[in-house]
Amino acid sequence: MSKHPPVVDWATDFDHRDPRWVENPYPIWDELRGRCPVAHSDRFQDGAYFPSRYAEVREIAYDSEHFSSRRVIVRETKVPPQPAPPITSDPPEHTPARKLLLPAFAPQVIAKLEPRTRALCRELLDAIGDAGTCDGAVDYAQHIPVRLIAHMLGVPEKDGDLFRRWIHLVLEVGISDESVILPTLKEMSVYFATELKRRGAKRGEDLISFLLDAKMDGQPVPEIHMIGTLRLLLIAGIDTTWSGIGASLWHLATHPEDRRRLAADATLMPTAIEEFLRAYAPVTMAREVVKETTVGGCPFKENGQVLLSFPAANRDPAMFADADKVLIDRAENRHAAFGLGRHRCLGSNLARLEMTVAIEEWLARFPEFRLADGAKVTWSEGTVRGPRRLPLALG
Amino acid sequence: MGTLNVLRVRVDSERCQGHNRCCSLAPELFEADELGNARVKGDGKVAAGLEAKAKLAVANCPEHAVRLGNE
Repeated sequence: MSKHPPVVDWATDFDHRDPRWVENPYPIWDELRGRCPVAHSDRFQDGAYFPSRYAEVREIAYDSEHFSSRRVIVRETKVPPQPAPPITSDPPEHTPARKLLLPAFAPQVIAKLEPRTRALCRELLDAIGDAGTCDGAVDYAQHIPVRLIAHMLGVPEKDGDLFRRWIHLVLEVGISDESVILPTLKEMSVYFATELKRRGAKRGEDLISFLLDAKMDGQPVPEIHMIGTLRLLLIAGIDTTWSGIGASLWHLATHPEDRRRLAADATLMPTAIEEFLRAYAPVTMAREVVKETTVGGCPFKENGQVLLSFPAANRDPAMFADADKVLIDRAENRHAAFGLGRHRCLGSNLARLEMTVAIEEWLARFPEFRLADGAKVTWSEGTVRGPRRLPLALG
Repeated sequence: MGTLNVLRVRVDSERCQGHNRCCSLAPELFEADELGNARVKGDGKVAAGLEAKAKLAVANCPEHAVRLGNE
């Protein structure tokens, strides 16, 4: 683990942990798109690349021949690949690992979770009550995906603090301090091995039971595969959506005209949610260069890490008119918040449901809100971007 | 040959990755299969009044998998 000095030149020495990037990365990406569309940094083992334009992000996302998914987080020091299929899978293993899960996340299946999602949002809003102030991230956004994924996995909601600790260690601390990763993944594996044993004795209506009875290429799913997949479902399903909901609330708290418009006109909700997904896309993925190649005129050397920023692609003016403006009625919005190509976010239908219901219920209860006076909003660092402290004044 | 110039949508199943944008924007024209990937409803013919929705489905597909054309 090392300290990371402030960045002087983003093109040759970028660092997504720099406080300026964490606070407001958009001007940095705009600058890079203009002068160096593929930035580089030696702060990460074997070097890291950062494409900031939509075209290169798309090309890399589609190219599994040169860019492997075996490492999906850019880290200062690499750890041996830790399979969490299908997100870490390349062809040909990727297709069966993904097909195994797709039916459980299809839109018609996820839609059945709407009443439960609505009920849990209302419970959280009831708890905030008429306090007049709350933290939109801590008291609201963070709980919604935890409770829903716990329900889907059939694990206790009260383990939410444990889940959030694991995620913080793997996705934030672990970028700079690789020593926390393996022990954390071990802890998660032990947790899920215990749950698998429990379901082995008695099945439930949950994803763990589903995996135990599922077939992959006609065969039962090996336990190590199930454990990797369960680690993925937990990690990928929580702080991503928490960030999406939090960033949407942040936007509405800081843009009263959009807040009033959306509160008054529910038909704007679908385009507003897609625009929040575009403009504040939470998830940055990674690839590892497995065969030297050139993209966007820039050489990518073998073993290099690639910070695959769908959020930066979503802000590219070559792809989106008024890319830097948040337009809640944007009708044409081919954004890449859920990735592009074979690794399209498996949980995208779930994330959209959670974001939509969370914002609808919030606005129904608190149509008037803003940042609290003197509020210090903090944003997460690294792989997933969203507000972690969001003090709000209500009413 | 009265069927010429019938406006139809179609989904390129090689490109579709199940973003579900077309199904949300134009549920009259698209639906999800059991894996969550999109397919056209019926023969894909775009009924009068649905042209704008069909165009939106095309314009919002992140994978460029939705096509609209005269057949």
